[in-house]
Amino acid sequence: MAQAAAVAKPPAPPRRRRASATPRRLPYLLIAPAALLMLGFIAYPVISVFYYSLQEYNPTKPWRNGFAGLDNFTKIFTDDPVFWDTLVFSAKWVFVEVGLQLLFGLALALIVNQTFVGRGIGRALVFSPWAVSGVLTSAIWVLLYNSQTGITRYLADMGIGEYGTSWLSDTSTVFSAAVVADLWRGVPFFAILILADLQSVSKDLYEAAEVDGASRFKQFWHITLPHLKDAIILSTLLRAVWEFNNVDLLYTLTGGGPAGVTTTLPLYIANTSVDAHDFGYASALTTVAFVILLFCSIVYLRLSKFGGDNK
Amino acid sequence: MITKEATAPAPAPARADHEPPRPAKKRRPAWDEVPRWQIYLPLGVYLVFTLIPFYWILLFALRPAGSTSLVPWPITFEHFEKVWTDRSFGTFFQNSVYVGLATLVMTTLVALAGGYALARFDFKVKRAFMLALLCSQFVPGALLLVPLFEIFAELQMINSLGSVIIAETVFQLPLSMILISNFIKNVPYSLEEAAWVDGCGRFRAFRVVVLPLLRPGLIAVGSFAFVHSWNHFLFALMFLNNQEKQTIPVGLNTLMSADSVDLGALAAGGIIAAVPVVLVFAFIQKWLITGFSAGAVKG
Repeated sequence: MAQAAAVAKPPAPPRRRRASATPRRLPYLLIAPAALLMLGFIAYPVISVFYYSLQEYNPTKPWRNGFAGLDNFTKIFTDDPVFWDTLVFSAKWVFVEVGLQLLFGLALALIVNQTFVGRGIGRALVFSPWAVSGVLTSAIWVLLYNSQTGITRYLADMGIGEYGTSWLSDTSTVFSAAVVADLWRGVPFFAILILADLQSVSKDLYEAAEVDGASRFKQFWHITLPHLKDAIILSTLLRAVWEFNNVDLLYTLTGGGPAGVTTTLPLYIANTSVDAHDFGYASALTTVAFVILLFCSIVYLRLSKFGGDNK
Repeated sequence: MITKEATAPAPAPARADHEPPRPAKKRRPAWDEVPRWQIYLPLGVYLVFTLIPFYWILLFALRPAGSTSLVPWPITFEHFEKVWTDRSFGTFFQNSVYVGLATLVMTTLVALAGGYALARFDFKVKRAFMLALLCSQFVPGALLLVPLFEIFAELQMINSLGSVIIAETVFQLPLSMILISNFIKNVPYSLEEAAWVDGCGRFRAFRVVVLPLLRPGLIAVGSFAFVHSWNHFLFALMFLNNQEKQTIPVGLNTLMSADSVDLGALAAGGIIAAVPVVLVFAFIQKWLITGFSAGAVKG
């Protein structure tokens, strides 16, 4: 406050001088805090991961530490069946999750974009799981899937399924169970992003289409969907990256089990580094994951011709 | 919305008279004329899916241990008492509030400064900086745990909430900054220039003219940062070994991974974890949607 007053006070000539002099340094000053934080806590760790990926580095076996060249990478691609399993599961997980979230999220956004009685409270309720994330989602679904007192018990009472089963500890059901739990909080995210963009579609377009006698489906196909295209591409990509990278939910819900069938690549990396202390190998895995992610993103943006229509 | 609903029957008579401008104005587009059941039925089904898990956790938290009733009656608060005192959720709660608010303040301030620079200036490293912001989205926080741990060990910040606050802030920054710079771009530059002509300094012009217009955007970004750090788990798990320093998600994970899971305690802990974020979202969801439509999508 005092500073602001001081800036405003000085007579015209010095202020004009400053006004022309500051902007040159000002932008750098303004981005400095963000740039420093990101250099120190993102860029530097990334570089050190690349560095460690070429090292044998395990704090519990210090006598073996040292330069390893490409040994870690050779091991990943030729001698690590777990890596391929986790990669396949990661792809399946991201594909199914993001696909279903997009589908349901789009439908939900279209519904709550209508005008109807109770829309405000309806929106607040259906969006609320989005606030809940990772561990809490797991906690809730652990309660629901519990073999003794979970929803299976009450479904069994109604003649659906059998007693005493836990969907999380059976290799045949654990995938669907985890997908449903993650959908619960993921669909609202998509719905919110799409709803935000839906609101910027001009109503005139629909009125014009109406006059021309276009059906509601045609209006959706020719007006709504093209308008949402960029938002959908971007949110799908972001969500895919986040679903790939996110460890919270599966780590706490299934722990990667049973028998490792729900271990994603990042979860495998976390286990390798945190539990097995094999930092060198974990870093090499991280590097591979990073490259895969970057490659898929570029291919995706190319294929979807992101932003192409607008220019 | 209620008023709109009330005027809904109006179009029919309006269509009857032949003045061109009035029907065009009053007549609602077909888009808004979706049959009610096509709204309420799917919404109802989805609402059931959304609410059953919430009800389930409430049920376990409120009914006595061992009960299998589907109605939480008689209500007991034994689980809450146990979790709050015996499982130190009281301490976890304080820590989480502290981390959440600190992350909110730091993220908003740093992103506001950076976002303003990106929105209003052209400078040499701008493109490179924007590219770095985008690329950082591909850097998974979980995969940087080890180097981050080493950095914080070097800074003597292991077991201090500061480490978690910094890590959460850093990973919130890129998106927050992009959002805020888009919000600022939506405020006409001429408004600021007019304030300069009136004798305001750059800072004062920003504070008086731009900042009030940014409120919905800042609320969106701030609440986002708060909720993320409130919910996020791995950084706290890794950087805080001391039980008094832990946050709520870590406490929940401890409850879940215990040998015999105390479901009542887990449910009560879950509700303690959920209440602040659900409240935040209930109050801000309106701003959130306008905030996103102004910022995220046109990026």
